[in-house]
Amino acid sequence: MAKTKKKVISLLIIAALIAVIPLFTLKGAEFGGSDDAGSKVVSQITGTDYEPWFTPVMETWIGGELPGEIESLLFCVQTGIGVGVLAFFMGRFVERNKKENHENKLV
Amino acid sequence: MNQKERKIIAIVAAFAVAFGVTPVVNAMHIMEGYLPPKFCILWGVICVPFLVAGYFSIKKTLAENRKSITILAMAGAFIFVLSSLKIPSVTGSCSHMTGTGLGAILFGPAAVSILGIIVLIFQAIMLAHGGLTSLGANTFSMAIAGPLVSYGIYKLCQKMNVNKHVGIFLAAAIGDLFTYCVTSIQLALAYPSANGGVAASAAKFLAVFAPTQLPLAIIEGILSVVIIMGLETYAKSELSGIGFLKRGEN
Repeated sequence: MAKTKKKVISLLIIAALIAVIPLFTLKGAEFGGSDDAGSKVVSQITGTDYEPWFTPVMETWIGGELPGEIESLLFCVQTGIGVGVLAFFMGRFVERNKKENHENKLV
Repeated sequence: MNQKERKIIAIVAAFAVAFGVTPVVNAMHIMEGYLPPKFCILWGVICVPFLVAGYFSIKKTLAENRKSITILAMAGAFIFVLSSLKIPSVTGSCSHMTGTGLGAILFGPAAVSILGIIVLIFQAIMLAHGGLTSLGANTFSMAIAGPLVSYGIYKLCQKMNVNKHVGIFLAAAIGDLFTYCVTSIQLALAYPSANGGVAASAAKFLAVFAPTQLPLAIIEGILSVVIIMGLETYAKSELSGIGFLKRGEN
């Protein structure tokens, strides 16, 4: 058990480091999305600014581009839904295990 | 899968092949409106048989063991979380993970196509990330091609007696990378380079996506292993229920 815990913690630290290091080593980089970088390559290959033939439905509804703050809000909502579900079930599993162990001891 | 289900899958597969014979084409989060309509339809049609197979696969899993719905929900939630986190990478641009490897390992590649398309629709409508017109192409790369590779690598590692956690790590990481490779190829097919054609164009897109995605693929591999370890510790009965753990093992 203790061994698993150590393994999990060290794995998480490695993951966090991989994610954070570029931020410190590449000072001044823009960190735009690689999806956007993809569209730049499209224009580069076709030689002209590519005009998307369809605008995202959300932008049509609100008549403009989604404000950056709202976009991060929506991304957070997505993360929140995911983390909520994960944490809820994980919590249930952990408690169930505790209870089972406890009952086993009593028997 | 019973016979009726098999028939339905065969019919839609035939339908997809009939429409899909136009030169094999298109790719991961491609932006809205960036794919010519012809390609949008083509990729959408190719996805249909996989989605139908996924629907039956999930139905079967749940019919066998009602309780596995919790793990299924967690696999879906994992995709939700990972695909919403934009993480800075060594190339100075951001990208996000797919999270589909975990689901593929636990439930098989077909089931993930359903989980993946839910996330993609959410992002396409709410976030203007990806898009409805490129939904088919994005579903194919993220929810079908990536998970298939993950599943294959996981099974291969099992056969070769590689340590289970190492196998899961490799499966999730390579599946993630492969998703972006497919995206590059999809984009290249839609935008062949004037000199050099599709191959030159694919190389260009790969040069943008691959270095960015490599560190993220490693993170995804690590996170998948962590979740599996947690489940192995606390949810043994569910994992045996879906056939991930053999009874008595571990």
